[in-house]
Amino acid sequence: MNTEAFSQAIRAAAADGRPLRIKGGGTKDFYGQSFAGEVLDTRDYRGIVDYEPTELVITARCGTPLAEIEAALAAHNQMLAFEPPHFGAGATLGGVVASGLAGPRRAAQGLYYGSVRDHMLGAKLMNSDGVVLAFGGTVMKNVAGYDVSRVIAGSLGTLGLITEVSIKVLPRPVANRSLRLALDENMALAKLCEWGGLPLPISASAWNDGELCLRLEGAEAAVKSAAARLGGEAVSSAEADAYWQGLREQTSDFFAGAAPLWRFSLPATAPPVALTGVQLIEWGGAQRWFKTSASAGEVRAAAAQAGGHATLFRAGSASKDGIGVFTPLDPVQARIQRNLKQAFDPRGIFNPGRLYREF
Amino acid sequence: MNAPADLSPAVTAIDFARQTAVVARLRAFMPAAQVLFAAEDTRPYECDGLSAYRQVPMVVVLPDTEEQVSRILATCCEMGVPVVPRGAGTGLSGGALPMGDGVLLSLAKFNKIVAVDHAARTARVQPGVRNLAISEAVAHLGLYYAPDPSSQIACSIGGNVAENSGGVHCLKYGLTVHNVLKVRGYTVKGELVEFGGAALDSPGYDLLALVIGSEGMLAVTTEVTVKLVPKPEKAQVILASFDNVEKAGNAVAAVIAAGIIPAGLEMMDKPATAAVEQYVHAGYDLDAEAILLCESDGTSEEVAEEIGRMEAVLSKSGATRFSVSASEEERLRAWSGRKAAFPAVGRISPDYYCMDGTIPRKSLGEILLFIAQMEKKYGLRCPNVFHAGDGNLHPLILFNANDPDELHRTEEFAAEVLEKCIALGGTITGEHGVGIEKINQMCIQFKPAELAMFRAVKAAFDEQGLLNPAKNIPTLHRCAEFGGMHVHGGALPHPELPRF
Repeated sequence: MNTEAFSQAIRAAAADGRPLRIKGGGTKDFYGQSFAGEVLDTRDYRGIVDYEPTELVITARCGTPLAEIEAALAAHNQMLAFEPPHFGAGATLGGVVASGLAGPRRAAQGLYYGSVRDHMLGAKLMNSDGVVLAFGGTVMKNVAGYDVSRVIAGSLGTLGLITEVSIKVLPRPVANRSLRLALDENMALAKLCEWGGLPLPISASAWNDGELCLRLEGAEAAVKSAAARLGGEAVSSAEADAYWQGLREQTSDFFAGAAPLWRFSLPATAPPVALTGVQLIEWGGAQRWFKTSASAGEVRAAAAQAGGHATLFRAGSASKDGIGVFTPLDPVQARIQRNLKQAFDPRGIFNPGRLYREF
Repeated sequence: MNAPADLSPAVTAIDFARQTAVVARLRAFMPAAQVLFAAEDTRPYECDGLSAYRQVPMVVVLPDTEEQVSRILATCCEMGVPVVPRGAGTGLSGGALPMGDGVLLSLAKFNKIVAVDHAARTARVQPGVRNLAISEAVAHLGLYYAPDPSSQIACSIGGNVAENSGGVHCLKYGLTVHNVLKVRGYTVKGELVEFGGAALDSPGYDLLALVIGSEGMLAVTTEVTVKLVPKPEKAQVILASFDNVEKAGNAVAAVIAAGIIPAGLEMMDKPATAAVEQYVHAGYDLDAEAILLCESDGTSEEVAEEIGRMEAVLSKSGATRFSVSASEEERLRAWSGRKAAFPAVGRISPDYYCMDGTIPRKSLGEILLFIAQMEKKYGLRCPNVFHAGDGNLHPLILFNANDPDELHRTEEFAAEVLEKCIALGGTITGEHGVGIEKINQMCIQFKPAELAMFRAVKAAFDEQGLLNPAKNIPTLHRCAEFGGMHVHGGALPHPELPRF
């Protein structure tokens, strides 16, 4: 398949002002505002375009299954450092970039890991004229023009059809080991904060119900000495793999049930958030999940008080209608973001309303 | 470049009636000493680190509060006066070149570290704070700010944000965009705006990523919140010699293929090491055609393990000689040469022109061969220093600016190298920015529809196009004119455009 079919569909939709719903594997359909639109399926436009392990870059088409990318990288002992969630079979690379979601390694210490946008090197975007525009490239340092490819990460497909992306990849760590420590919430947050200031190879952390799990990754010697220093109980590698995967894919017990799931993005140093329901803390304290029946108003007020913002990640049994999924923007931000959407998608046909109802 | 030479576009004459009106409006709320307009006062601002381009601004303002910044912007916006922000003035692409009908907004007085949050490992700093000053201020906490451009003793964080600066350690620790949490600033209308925040992400589009590297064209930065990282327990550097540059390039690929991400990975060719050695005596092997500096950092155990792996890969890749730093003093001495490469070259030539293209690493041999051919074609020497880990090249063309023909040949030489970088799948600028200097090459790297998209992005922030206009993103008119002078293989770029 080539991009011509996309171009025709997009031009036709643009001519009639018909909104399109860009869809890959549909594994992240639950995420964002609900909206109506004719489905534009990306899955036939797939395949790795270029992958050179020594350049630390992979370029692939939007419909390429995430599993295919991961397998290709694993064959060369490399990985997508931000550990993106699949959320089901059939997740595509386009969806990974559009959703901008990162897994447990997001806040790793030591070697720089980061989020989806941090690893974006280039993107091709089809606009509402059905024309492909290329931004960025395949090199790690590039300041020619505005850094559009990073903005595309997390834009939920609202700026155009992402047809191809180039992403930085990293070698898999030589060694890894997971630990379990019994700590209450206050103590866990304080310890995570203290360890964050030390040169320790903590690549993931998760606290829930009195138990803190840590994953150490890096050179064999560093992992070994950090494990000795941090103490706690060693977790077998099979159990650890299942644990971190269950966390990344939200298949572990914490995420079961129909109560709404809220994602708090906070400064890691924020004190415990008082909210009814249950909580799981990740990213050294910077990402906190709440399953709560508290109202959106209460949730947002708690997040703002803690210095961050809250997203209704999964509505569960509740309805998203009437609740903005993402934290409302202040007037200046709202104007700039609306203008930006208008600049990329003047006809308003790409996933309109999925990010914010107004655009 | 360090001597007079002039590549400036037609200099705009000052409209004195307009100047008087703008000064009167600004002096209504600014102390007179902070609004400059007399030629002898505005002359020092006529250029930044790229002195080949000069233009005296109509007015210079030196605010010291955010409220003044806001009112200056609101006033200029209302009067339709363009505003060019300026930090330390060390930029190498003319990004802070003033406008003869505009206001130059100097942020030099915004030079304070506002707060350091030890627990959160962040620092709030004003844009005029020098890059290195941040690390110095937090050293006692065992922390530092990771991006370290070679100019870090002089360049300011505001400029680093404008250019998304990297440095010799960015392969492992990231660029400015990876190490800044929040940028606080003002829109062209004078409204307060914050991009990013204290959390790791913020709602909506990632405008922080867009503002970083935007060359001061989207908003004026007044405060930057940077991430601080724990200082590694130990660092060691390997100095490896190679008898040809291609082998050195292949050694870089072999290190990466072995699953190692060095803390720093730099290459210098023979002319560059010769220039440096005379200047700082870093102990480089002067017989080598190329040397690599390959650094490991982390815990002592980690470094010992990684240095062992690096040594094995480098010797297998044909290194003719190598040494590992035995002390911190030796390590710093090895780096002192690389960090002093530009001034060292400045001593062997009256002037030099620094390029900043990035290429895929695999094309290193090809680009170096191409540069050698260009040296012959233009009759100019060109030593090379190279951020080998990330493919960012800094060839330094040596010339004499008092010889107009040499200056002209230098320009042509540089343009050919940048175009070769694009042809190899790279980019015209890795970290110095487009500014005014590389604006013509933007017409080659991007298609008209892409340039139109960039202009639309700018308009989303700055509808009237008043904030640092005429930099970074060329107009189609400019590309068409440039294309007219610049025919490659008989193919005229942008044939669809009307010619002017």
